[in-house]
Amino acid sequence: MDVLNAIIVLANFVIVPATAYGAQLALGALGVTLIYGILRFSNFAHGDTMAFGAMVTILMTWALQGAGITLGLLPTALLALPVGIIVTALLLIGTDRLVYRFYRQQKAKPVIYVIASLGVMFVMNGLVRFIIGVDDQRFADGERFIVSARTFREMTGLDEALAIRTTQGITLVVALIAVVALFWFLNRTRTGKSMRAFSDNEDLALLSGINPEKVVIVTWIIVAALATTAGVLYGLDKSFKPFTYFQLLLPVFASAIVGGLGNPVGAIAGGFLIAFSEISVTYAFRRAANHLLPEAWEPDGLVQLLSTDYKFAVSFTILLIVLIFKPTGLFRGKSV
Amino acid sequence: MSGINYRNVALFGLVAVLLIITGMVQSWNTALGILNMGLISAVMALGVNIQWGYAGLFNVGVVGFTALGGLAAVLVSMPPVNEAWAAGGARMMLALAIGVATIAAAVLAWTRLPRGALRVVVMIAVLIVGFILYRAVFDPARDAIEAVNPSATGYLGGLGLPVVLAWPVGGLLAAGAAWIVGKTALGLRSDYLAIATLGIAEIIIAILKNEDWLARGVKNVNGLPRPVPYEVDLQAAPWFLDLAERFGADPVSFSTIFVKLCYAGLFTVVLLLLIWLTQMALNSPWGRMMRAIRDNEVSSEAMGKDVTRRHLQVFVLGSAVVGLAGAMMTTLDGQLVPSTYHPLRFTFLVWVMVIVGGSGNNWGAVLGGFLIWWLWIMVEPIGHWLMVNVITAGMAEDSALRDHLIGSAAQMRLLTMGVFLLLMLRFNPRGLIPER
Repeated sequence: MDVLNAIIVLANFVIVPATAYGAQLALGALGVTLIYGILRFSNFAHGDTMAFGAMVTILMTWALQGAGITLGLLPTALLALPVGIIVTALLLIGTDRLVYRFYRQQKAKPVIYVIASLGVMFVMNGLVRFIIGVDDQRFADGERFIVSARTFREMTGLDEALAIRTTQGITLVVALIAVVALFWFLNRTRTGKSMRAFSDNEDLALLSGINPEKVVIVTWIIVAALATTAGVLYGLDKSFKPFTYFQLLLPVFASAIVGGLGNPVGAIAGGFLIAFSEISVTYAFRRAANHLLPEAWEPDGLVQLLSTDYKFAVSFTILLIVLIFKPTGLFRGKSV
Repeated sequence: MSGINYRNVALFGLVAVLLIITGMVQSWNTALGILNMGLISAVMALGVNIQWGYAGLFNVGVVGFTALGGLAAVLVSMPPVNEAWAAGGARMMLALAIGVATIAAAVLAWTRLPRGALRVVVMIAVLIVGFILYRAVFDPARDAIEAVNPSATGYLGGLGLPVVLAWPVGGLLAAGAAWIVGKTALGLRSDYLAIATLGIAEIIIAILKNEDWLARGVKNVNGLPRPVPYEVDLQAAPWFLDLAERFGADPVSFSTIFVKLCYAGLFTVVLLLLIWLTQMALNSPWGRMMRAIRDNEVSSEAMGKDVTRRHLQVFVLGSAVVGLAGAMMTTLDGQLVPSTYHPLRFTFLVWVMVIVGGSGNNWGAVLGGFLIWWLWIMVEPIGHWLMVNVITAGMAEDSALRDHLIGSAAQMRLLTMGVFLLLMLRFNPRGLIPER
């Protein structure tokens, strides 16, 4: 019996990584949910928007590093992030002008937008592959750990160690800032309020003199900021590979739907729910169990519910459960 | 169909001309290769068109259903591995039976017990106990099977039946998966089905990659039996040598072309049969009902049509056609390579085919299948040529940008297809051959 060590093991392999991953998913899901609330379609290009934003940021990071500018202990990518956001915002507004605005004027069915977003996804995916290639890119620099395993052991004298990487800490801080800023914007500013009004009742919003085109442009800018931040944080934490971002689409959508599409609070809750379930279902609990159980009971196997290759199955199963039992999501999003 | 529409005939003629030019400029082998995959793509596009064109259902899990068809090809045609069956076959079947029984019991508990906390507790308890039992039987069985000669087999093998039988079986497997997805996601918002199909496709691919006992996972299954003769046998057969001589062709290269022609014949039969069936269905009362539902769900419901049920029906049918195409493709390849099932390459390309060809029109889907497949293959060499001779012509030989641009020419495909889809959707949303 060694409860403390068991908790440390869990914290190290489940709680800390899942919190960071959850924050990244939440940022992604916020983007999806905003587009859904304002423009009323599921944007399949969102994963590739994240990839595009991350790519621009990476290129900028390399340029900064080449010029000898770094952030010291923090990753240089944070300095390059605003550039990534601006370029992505320009791309998204351009896409809206060229693609989506036409269907808005036509009052097309939502599914047409979805197909158009598929086309956009193709183009963005092609752009990213064309510019940066399909390979893994690592761009994290600065201090690697906030608390390294060795320091932790020396500090506490425990057998197990809790290592917190800088990228995980930064993910949380940046995500927190982004979410606070978003909610402040939506609830306190005039533009934010008009966005919410537009999302709640389009006709009424138009009647009261809200300019729909302005709402749409602001939405795309916010989405660009959220998607780029999510993409950069994910890339810093793991690594940047275009195909992984495409695959993130499923957990991001699952987060948004589980929380309730169109509901920002739900998107955040959904992100953490999906992240924690994904990591705890695919984590091998053997080491934690060995600390808790008497020696005779120690398990032979890995005590792992599913192998990590099936992590997508977790978000999918949660998605199915929500669709069957509560299609509007936990936080009551838009009607089905 | 009243009379012959010359425009449509001309469009199909264009595809034929493109193929002939490819044959003359590159090689007949390449042209026939494109033709064969074009036939398979046409079948896939027909399947997606049944879902999208007849009923407006949005399926982005095409790659998953294709992969299930490929799995069917392995399970039906490969010879059974008797040692593996002896080692863990019975236990594996028991484990799968436990898995199915658990889910059935959980569903039963949910539907039969009265509402309240009790049924939630019972259902969760059933699932947990079932899962533990399942893993207890499954894990040792899997290990036993995978331990049997892992470098060559390490899986249960198939039934050893003719591979053509796998085509309908592939359809059945895909239909089963589609039923599960459709049952949960249909009747809700249209995008939910899209996201659910995206998910099931990811899971099917993950299963194919990781369950080595089933189809060897990423170790691939090679050497699937063929429905057509082998080149080596042909080159030894007197009648074939005779034939080659009559054409004045080299027996070796003629044999590869002959084999490809055999495949093309088989696929054409399937395609024509499916076109006939889908045209009959589209023009039947059932087809009219489906289009009525697509165009106005509320009024169809008022006329007493069960919209969700009809959607489920058409979703399962369309997925079955895609599964059939998947089995045909694996048969053509002669191997199952799970890592090649890439969603951008299958799902989204098939969508481009349907939208460009003409949604709601079976001939349009077929045309889109051929045309887009040809483009998909040809964009790369054309893009490469453009890069080398036009765009980078003025650059220095050793310029890094030039190298990068030429190296990335392969990525032009996705960009081109995306632009194609967007342009078509915007300026000609009804496609090359519109619905009547």
